[in-house]
Amino acid sequence: MAIVFEKTKGLTDKPTHYCPGCTHGIIHRLVAEAMVELGVLENAIGVAPVGCSVLAYDYFNCDMHQAAHGRAPAVATGIKRVHPNNFVFTYQGDGDLASIGAAEIVHAAHRGEKFSTIFVNNAIYGMTGGQMAPTTLIGQKATTAPYGRDEATTGKPIRMSELLATIDGAVFVERVAVNTPANIRKAKKAILECFKVQLEGKGFGIVEVLSTCPTNWGITPVEAMKWLENNMIPYYPLGNFRKPGEVE
Amino acid sequence: MTKVLMKGNEAVGAAAIAAGCRYFFGYPITPQNEIPEYMSRELGKVGGVFVQAESEVAAINMVYGAAGSGARVMTSSSSPGIALKQEGISYIAGAELPCVIVDMMRGGPGLGSIQPAQGDYFLATRGGGNGDYRMIVLAPADVQELVDLVIEGFDLADIYRTPVMILGDGMIGQMMEPVEFKTEANKELPEKDWATVGTGGKRKPNVINSLYLQAEDLENHNIKLQAKFAKIRENEKRVEKYNIENADIVLTAYGTTSRIAKTAISKLEKEGYKVGLIRPISLYPFPNEAYEEINEDAKGVLTIEMSSGQMIDDVRLSLNGKLPTYFYGRTGGMVPSPEEIVNKVKEILGGDK
Ligand SMILES: Cc1ncc(C[n+]2csc(CCOP(=O)(O)OP(=O)(O)O)c2C)c(N)n1
Ligand code: SF4
Ligand SMILES: [Mg+2]
Repeated sequence: MAIVFEKTKGLTDKPTHYCPGCTHGIIHRLVAEAMVELGVLENAIGVAPVGCSVLAYDYFNCDMHQAAHGRAPAVATGIKRVHPNNFVFTYQGDGDLASIGAAEIVHAAHRGEKFSTIFVNNAIYGMTGGQMAPTTLIGQKATTAPYGRDEATTGKPIRMSELLATIDGAVFVERVAVNTPANIRKAKKAILECFKVQLEGKGFGIVEVLSTCPTNWGITPVEAMKWLENNMIPYYPLGNFRKPGEVE
Repeated sequence: MTKVLMKGNEAVGAAAIAAGCRYFFGYPITPQNEIPEYMSRELGKVGGVFVQAESEVAAINMVYGAAGSGARVMTSSSSPGIALKQEGISYIAGAELPCVIVDMMRGGPGLGSIQPAQGDYFLATRGGGNGDYRMIVLAPADVQELVDLVIEGFDLADIYRTPVMILGDGMIGQMMEPVEFKTEANKELPEKDWATVGTGGKRKPNVINSLYLQAEDLENHNIKLQAKFAKIRENEKRVEKYNIENADIVLTAYGTTSRIAKTAISKLEKEGYKVGLIRPISLYPFPNEAYEEINEDAKGVLTIEMSSGQMIDDVRLSLNGKLPTYFYGRTGGMVPSPEEIVNKVKEILGGDK
């Protein structure tokens, strides 16, 4: 019998702790598949963040570091400078990357560090129980924005891909979503392209993945996919913001 | 090997390179700027890497990444920057990674001053970050000792898989003295089979981590860490003692302050006073046994610091009530003079010689 689908060797056999319907799992699979397909799993060194994906070091089947909240890009800088020929990536949430670690991601991009970042934007602090993130949408309820995010006192959600695309060292910047099979395929393609940029030594690359958090959004997994489509994608447009060749 | 005249801060850089350190991550702050400047100039020549980080927080996390990757790595800063590094130091201690951290202390609290001070003793010796950890803290008194301790610090870091702090101050960083670089070739050090270098498809993934979600696992990890600290206390105490068996009073001071204490002792001896000295070289582990050796008839122990009194806590713990303790300190970047110490000693002894 022909095998049509197989679990990737890029992931360990450890069952993940993610909530039912959480798209962190899909993103893990895409990252792991991409490493296997590019033949870099065996020399890969990943950095797990603080957030729901903190245990990513148990799931990715390669050498891993667990980093302090937001500091994954600094940790990855240290790793990549020591092992310039290894494939190095960070996997970070939106609280991790866009809030407490804003300085670290901006300056890793600014230095043109040659590693890749997978940025999982679910518009919420998942792990700590649904507090407001800088990416939380206007009107979206969070435990620290119980009446919905108010622009007057908390500003407007930050668009990290657009921001990072203004930095010359960020050679690859793309936003994708994992809410439909078609979008998942596009996400995989972007991750592969982003990783290739690193392998070709061109500079820093990031893929922002719009992701769901049914648990803290307080809706079902299916509703969460629709909510992402109807609310997140209009504010966070999908597409490529930067590719090699476009950098002056 | 011939001696060369070097500024303390530059000697730190040269010593690190002599010890095989090839990675440096730092952020500018006075009075230690010559260290990153030296590294930016020299590391490339030996195939190393210098990165000026966006902050001390980033710098220490780069150290975490590089150390976890198996490299000899160093960062340096001065007090406010060392305060920012505490997050990373706690992670490094928790994940048991070797590295050397240099603190050229300046006046505090807050932005304080840029003049020499010793106000970071607590931060350094108590584990300034969160959680139950300690690190080896070494306090050089002259530039040669600074060089020796930086070189030795890298070995100690590797042997115990722990951060090692070199605790100097603005004075030792800026002073020029002749130094030579003595490295022990082929020293046997443990293999870094835990480092992340890629599995090569040959082994299970290595993970650099300080997270243990199960309370039981974390307690076991802490028990293991404490056993390591106990071993460090057993093997790595370093102290200079002078005339403590016959002294009427014993001075105790570390780093540059100990040199001022020595000048004061010479002056007092000329006047017929019998004065001893205990100079802790390792602040963690603290050489508490030295204080037990003090002459029982001594009138007391005078701690001298460029702070309002921090090491004196360890002196008191070491003496355990055996002798009276006294303190003389200057702060804010003010340096105690030998005369001030002489007067303090005379005040304590009340004219008894
Ligand atoms: C220094 C520090 N501050 C705060 C926390 C608590 N904390 C843990 S996870 C988290 C939020 C993570 O949110 P995000 O990055 O969006 O990841 P998600 O869980 O949504 O995937 C916070 C604030 C921490 N561990 N460390
Ligand atoms: S809390 Fe949200 S982000 Fe975290 S695992 Fe559950 S669904 Fe996923
Ligand atoms: Mg989140």
